[in-house]
Amino acid sequence: MIQLNANHLLYLLEAARWTLLLSVIAFVGGAILGLPLALMRVSASRLLRGLASGYIQLIQGTPLLIVLFLSYFGLGIMGYKLVPLVAAGLSLTFYAAAFLGEIWRGCIEAVPRTQQEAADCLGLNRFQQYAWVILPQAVRIAIPPTVGFMVQIVKNTSLASVIGFVELARAGQIVNNSTFEPFAIFTAVAIIYFAICYPLSLAARTLERRAHAGR
Amino acid sequence: MSYKFDFEFLAERWPDFAAGAWLTIQLTVASIALGFVVGTVCALARVYGGPVLRRVTGAYVEAIRNTPLLIQIFIVYFGLSSLGLKLSADVSAVLALTINMGAYTTEIMRAGVQSIQRTQLEAADCLGLSRLQTILHVVLLPAMERVYPSLASQGVLLMLASSIASQISVEELTATANLVQSDTYRSFEVYVVVAVVYLALSALYRLGFWAIGQGLFERRRRLGTPL
Repeated sequence: MIQLNANHLLYLLEAARWTLLLSVIAFVGGAILGLPLALMRVSASRLLRGLASGYIQLIQGTPLLIVLFLSYFGLGIMGYKLVPLVAAGLSLTFYAAAFLGEIWRGCIEAVPRTQQEAADCLGLNRFQQYAWVILPQAVRIAIPPTVGFMVQIVKNTSLASVIGFVELARAGQIVNNSTFEPFAIFTAVAIIYFAICYPLSLAARTLERRAHAGR
Repeated sequence: MSYKFDFEFLAERWPDFAAGAWLTIQLTVASIALGFVVGTVCALARVYGGPVLRRVTGAYVEAIRNTPLLIQIFIVYFGLSSLGLKLSADVSAVLALTINMGAYTTEIMRAGVQSIQRTQLEAADCLGLSRLQTILHVVLLPAMERVYPSLASQGVLLMLASSIASQISVEELTATANLVQSDTYRSFEVYVVVAVVYLALSALYRLGFWAIGQGLFERRRRLGTPL
């Protein structure tokens, strides 16, 4: 058995970089997929609305862990073997897209209807209405809850450990296997996660307060 | 694509899935109920408590909401047992899920309790209600009615998150799926089946929360308007 030492802590911190990378992939991917989803949810077409809400309900009604297993083991056995980083990045992207799509739909709907009517009166077409009038206002409303949701993404990257991707949680397990001091190690891991997430939580709260101050 | 789907394992293994789903239901109903109690008490402490109580509950909420459930479960199961407190995997799972649900419930119920205006408390005082009656009927029930949709979604999210308990060898639905897929090599089909079961459970929990809400909030049942 090896004594717990500073190198172990360094190893955890290095693994935390993969947690951050995975979070960024999930957030960027989720945003790219989430914006069209949000727009589909407020679209005039019934088909588009139905498709988007079906997708969102599907993802929000199944555990992320199962989505992860499906994309790693499930696709693997069907002949599409993904490396853990891709499988985890893809699953987290699908997950983040569903939640961001739903959050942003709320923000688009929070823009007063009169804004759209005014844009209509000015002769802007539907694309112009969204690009110049509605979305710029929705973005301001969307920032606090989006930052808040980043916390969920960072925390959920820990699930990538179950398919063998060495990020913070998996690194904690590896260190624990050689030192067997689970309490100290997992507490350290928790503290590192906290150090990443808490500033985001605080930022979300501050932004929220600032957004309400103007009203 | 040359892959042939084969769901034949279901004929033989469905009792395993049923048992796994049943354990998932038991674990999560227990954790939601216990977590609700913890969260409600903490929410009252957070709003009406002294500075120390407020600080302690605040730290609890922030610590839990900013760390992953996976690590919380590891600390409870592996961590506590290394310190000499040996809990079974099932008990550890319920404990960790309760602590997690408690933190989120605290934050949700705090918003509800804070929305109860002071005048309501003064009115209750004038009517001669005891302290307990005031807290129960004037503060908690209306507070809960206001934040009930958030509570219900949090309950469904917790049920889904309980899949993480499979990582400490709790034989719930996800662990059952892992077991069956390692026996049959039908991982894609197995996880699709389990995903469908989770979807059904989500719908069931939503229905359950709706029914409890109907039973609990007489005013809403009669008038149908939000508080």
